[in-house]
Amino acid sequence: MGSSNLRPRTAMAIWARLGFVILLLFFSATLSTALYEDQVGLADWHHKYIGKVKHAVFHTQKTGRKRVVVSTEENVVASLDLRTGFIFWRNVLGKNDHIDQVDIALGKYVVTLSSGGSILRAWNLPDGQMIWESTLPVSTPSKSSLYVLANMNVGKDNLILVFGGSSIHALSSMDGQIVWRKELSIDSLEIQQIFQPHDSDIINAVGFVGSSEFAVYQISYRTGEVMQQSKASFESGFCGEASLVFDNLVVALDASKSSLVSISFKNEVINFHQINLSDLVPDFSGKVTLLPLKFNGMLAIEIASSVLLLRVKGPNELEFVEKISHPFAVSDALPLSKEQQAFAILQHDESKIHFKVKSDNDLRNEILQETIQMDSQRGNIEKVFINNYIRTDRTHGFRFLVVMEDHSLLLIQQGEIVWSREDGLASIVDSTTSELPVEKEGVSVAEVEHNLFEWLKGHLLKLKGTLMLASPDEVAAIQAIRLKSSEKNKMTRDHNGFRKLIIVLTRAGKVLALHTGDGRVVWSVLLPALRRSETCGNPFALRVYQWQVPHHHAMHENPSVLVVGRCGHGFDAPGIFSIVDSYTGKVQNSLILEHSVSHIMPLPLTDSTEQRLHLIIDAKLQAHLYPKNSDSLKHFFNEMPNIYWYSVEIEKNKIRGYSLESKAEPDTAEEYVFQAKELWSIVFPSESEKIAVTATRKKNEIVHTQAKVVADQDVMYKYISKNILFVATVAPKAAGEIGSATPEDALLYAYLIDTVSGRILHRVCHQGAQGPVHAVVSENWVVYHYFNLRAHRYEMSVIEIYDQSRADNKDVWKLVLGKHNLTAPVSLYSRPDVMVKSQSYFFTHSVKSMAVTATAKGITSKQLLIGTIGDQVLALDKRFLDPRRSVNPTQSEKEEGIIPLSDSLPIVPQSYITHSLQVEGLRSMVTIPAKLESTTLIFSYGVDLFFTRIAPSRTYDSLTEDFSYALLLITIVALVAAIFVTWALSEKKELKEKWR
Amino acid sequence: MSEGWCRGRSLALFVLVILLPIWIARGFQSDELLQDDEEFGLEGGRPAADPQPPTNPIRSPIRRRPDLDPPSGSADSKSVQFSLEHNLGASEFSPAGTFTARLKSWSHGGQTLTKLRFSRNALTEEEKRAFERLLKEDGHYTIRVPSNVLNPSGEDYVISSVRARCIPRESLDEHFVIHTDGVNIIAVNYGSAGACQYPRLLRYPAKWSFTSYTVLKNSEQAPRTPTFAEELLDGEDGLGEGVKPPEKSFWAKYWMYLVPLGFIVMNAMTQAMNMPEEQQVAGQSTSQGQVAQRAPPTTTTVRRR
Repeated sequence: MGSSNLRPRTAMAIWARLGFVILLLFFSATLSTALYEDQVGLADWHHKYIGKVKHAVFHTQKTGRKRVVVSTEENVVASLDLRTGFIFWRNVLGKNDHIDQVDIALGKYVVTLSSGGSILRAWNLPDGQMIWESTLPVSTPSKSSLYVLANMNVGKDNLILVFGGSSIHALSSMDGQIVWRKELSIDSLEIQQIFQPHDSDIINAVGFVGSSEFAVYQISYRTGEVMQQSKASFESGFCGEASLVFDNLVVALDASKSSLVSISFKNEVINFHQINLSDLVPDFSGKVTLLPLKFNGMLAIEIASSVLLLRVKGPNELEFVEKISHPFAVSDALPLSKEQQAFAILQHDESKIHFKVKSDNDLRNEILQETIQMDSQRGNIEKVFINNYIRTDRTHGFRFLVVMEDHSLLLIQQGEIVWSREDGLASIVDSTTSELPVEKEGVSVAEVEHNLFEWLKGHLLKLKGTLMLASPDEVAAIQAIRLKSSEKNKMTRDHNGFRKLIIVLTRAGKVLALHTGDGRVVWSVLLPALRRSETCGNPFALRVYQWQVPHHHAMHENPSVLVVGRCGHGFDAPGIFSIVDSYTGKVQNSLILEHSVSHIMPLPLTDSTEQRLHLIIDAKLQAHLYPKNSDSLKHFFNEMPNIYWYSVEIEKNKIRGYSLESKAEPDTAEEYVFQAKELWSIVFPSESEKIAVTATRKKNEIVHTQAKVVADQDVMYKYISKNILFVATVAPKAAGEIGSATPEDALLYAYLIDTVSGRILHRVCHQGAQGPVHAVVSENWVVYHYFNLRAHRYEMSVIEIYDQSRADNKDVWKLVLGKHNLTAPVSLYSRPDVMVKSQSYFFTHSVKSMAVTATAKGITSKQLLIGTIGDQVLALDKRFLDPRRSVNPTQSEKEEGIIPLSDSLPIVPQSYITHSLQVEGLRSMVTIPAKLESTTLIFSYGVDLFFTRIAPSRTYDSLTEDFSYALLLITIVALVAAIFVTWALSEKKELKEKWR
Repeated sequence: MSEGWCRGRSLALFVLVILLPIWIARGFQSDELLQDDEEFGLEGGRPAADPQPPTNPIRSPIRRRPDLDPPSGSADSKSVQFSLEHNLGASEFSPAGTFTARLKSWSHGGQTLTKLRFSRNALTEEEKRAFERLLKEDGHYTIRVPSNVLNPSGEDYVISSVRARCIPRESLDEHFVIHTDGVNIIAVNYGSAGACQYPRLLRYPAKWSFTSYTVLKNSEQAPRTPTFAEELLDGEDGLGEGVKPPEKSFWAKYWMYLVPLGFIVMNAMTQAMNMPEEQQVAGQSTSQGQVAQRAPPTTTTVRRR
């Protein structure tokens, strides 16, 4: 600033300029796009889950008493707070690294056995840090188990035994080194149990050889030497199930699974006793299964629909204790003292659960008996883990960790649910969204915001809060009310379309509605049709679709969703169909279909009650129309000649296209069934190509403009077809892991296929490239990600496809006068005249999934969402993946926004939309357009859930939340003041002029 | 002598210079061959322009590019035949023509189909009636060829269809695009030779014979990912360049603040300018006052007038 020639007459102007500069500085500070630390959690939420618990280990020593270590079906090892259910720490293992068993060693390490018994890891109990990892040479993955020797002196290096098949590994629990390894070299030996008789240096291993021989080994604890071995054969054979009852007695099932065999062994002598079950159960017939019950002297067997608890008194003597009927759960044994053991039996009775704890002293009577009421939406009880504590009156108290049918986890103590976790949300299968009701009087959504009493109470609380009279609990309640009534958590539709319900379907067959404001569960329902029953033994959930979206005809009705499932895993298993109200979670209709479900096609048609028409293709290639009413049939027949569909047969390496033809006469039961007619097929040669991935455009994607204005005022027309299918095939030699093939063997073909006519619009070959391939299709482009073996890097390629047949519509006058063919109908049977532009870029990360943002009108530029290997979501501007990027873009290209060519795509730390969080086990990302054009909602799920909203071109259509209204106000006030001042001054001056 | 030798050498050099690019080009061409589309037949040409003997409805492909011939000796070839079958709305496929191609085996082990020729069988009366029926009901005309042409197993067929009403023009114009990976047929794109109008009108051809065009397509090679070694060195700079989010100009973003601010500044400026002026004016006015004082009689006389 030129202060040297500062003169008094310009002082004011300089002050004004200074103020201007200060203001400038103030503005430039707010230019950055990334999120500030204090903005975290304003528009996003992150929920952590662990999945369905498989094993639980309670820690008995002092410090760990508050914790339980669990392993789950989502391959998570976690330590939970027993008081609150919060996660202390958790580790998510790889997708295929299934946890076989979990235990605690040395009182400070959590030991997990995973990957079919081949990986053993130790985690630090307090903080979950990995201490050591050890890979065991397992030739054939078989059922493996873990046995931690517990009775050694503390401080001494204990051994961990891993056994599976015919081999035993002993590892040091300090550092995971293999101390000894013993191959009990007999083919087809299956070790069933390993145990250590009290205070001895010998461990016993029992198992079956083939189907008829029983073997006992005595092995030295220190060296793994076989001290003694004995074998005996039993003529009617074994089926492989056995249960260790005493240190010298095993009860097994015979080959026919209809009778029990007790095997007693002592000093190389093995005796068999066949026990006839009809002596115990008079009306016994059918098959028996042994339940694993690690309880001395007890045996649990399952017959038909009930379970018998038997006490083993001797090799030949069984005593009937109790009969339990389904549904039930039995816990493992829990040692209370040196001699005493206890176990729990839980039995479900309608909406109640009866808890019984028995000890081996007195099996007829219970130590503890409780009954609790259980929410019916949690389904039946599946598993129970028991833990004891000393009550204030010095007696034993018990707490139960219960896993329910919907995968939720509960802790029950003193007949009450202490906490519960909705862990079914860790295994979401599919999701859809529903709009909330319009704000008006009398709207009710599951939990209505408040009734009068609640309202009064709330206000009273707030009053207390303001008068500083509230207790801490009340303060928390006020906070909760504030959060609930705050703008983003309301149960009504908002102006910007940010508030919605996300309806998710979990693997357990539970449907939950989550509020986008904070991710709370608004309602949940365990679908009765997706529960195990007589008619449907092994149901599983497939997809969820919007069934009815009230628009104008049926505004008074609630929207509903359609849940489709299948009875059993075969493709010909009958389908399950269930319609659920989106606002209340009430099941409106539920049925088991007569046909199977292989494809589900929501049609862009609705009937007069706004129910969406769906075609379900069964395994016999028949199409079934739903809803089954004459109205929908009428709408369907109008459009039937224009309905085409395709199927990708990955095993056969084929893609086929079909049309529909009417099969039956009207007014018959077959009226809603249509026959498929094969129109086209593409056969990939199986020796050179294998389908790796297919991708299509999202059905509801909206494209704003079909023309793209390029640099020199030229127009290119996008080839926009809803029927584009992207297929990537890889060479079968290179279908394995990266590094398993040489670059010469690896080939990747990318296809763009029109699914109506079966035309290959474009086919391109990437040499030296291999999978895993991930792809996303949007508008007229496709982006795919693969590995380049020659460059040793991941690569992303983009293909953009343009329609040349419209390329002559460039004359503005023609467009103005309407002499263009842009509105003429286009037939996909015409020979396409397309131009393709493509480009490849290096990309540092490997990718778990890919998606693209979607906005309400498709005006906003797009961002690619990339689920990285670190379980984060990266937003990458599509402009970086523009095939028209060149090394030196011309001035006009620069103005258009073309970035100079670089060989790799930039990864900017600020563009991680998950900021510092990780969506553990990330599987999928769903984009939902908000009403506000600039904004798109993103829901990503895996083991965790994460929701946020992003604006790819920034919020150009609304003021941001951090917009300084105060500054605006000050400016206005200053302006007004300035106007008045200048007005007054000019008046004065004018007066003076006049007085001159 | 030496001059002659010199001339001879320069001649040889000249010949070499002339031949070298040709040789390079030739080598280059043979390299390109695998990746190039092989086109036979007239693509998109008006069939009416071609005189056609009415007795022979079979049309063989007409033209092929002479430069597609690979260098002799690098490959040996044998002829293969496979049949085209069609379905006129009936339940079964029936033979409709024969494709003939040459199979070239390359020294490096690959095989490719080249020189595709096609001969259509004449439509029988029955087929003609079936085709008319298809036209009437706007049905699909479906064709198929075996996917493995060397030893057709009879199982894997590549199928393609078109609405029958798209085909008739003067004669029945059809267009085949056969996608191969050298020897296996991946897909056949079958359709009309030109555009197919949407509402499809019922129209019968003047001649009930097929005019066929065939194109054989192999896959393109993807362009290689550009690598800039030099940019990697100053990659920071380029990265920083790319990192910048799309930004509007400062003016576009903050005009709503700038305009009022500008006003304020302008006002302040004018005030700042005015005030000294006023002082001056005031000074002047005092002097004027003096002047006025000096010359009051004139003004008063004026006013009093």
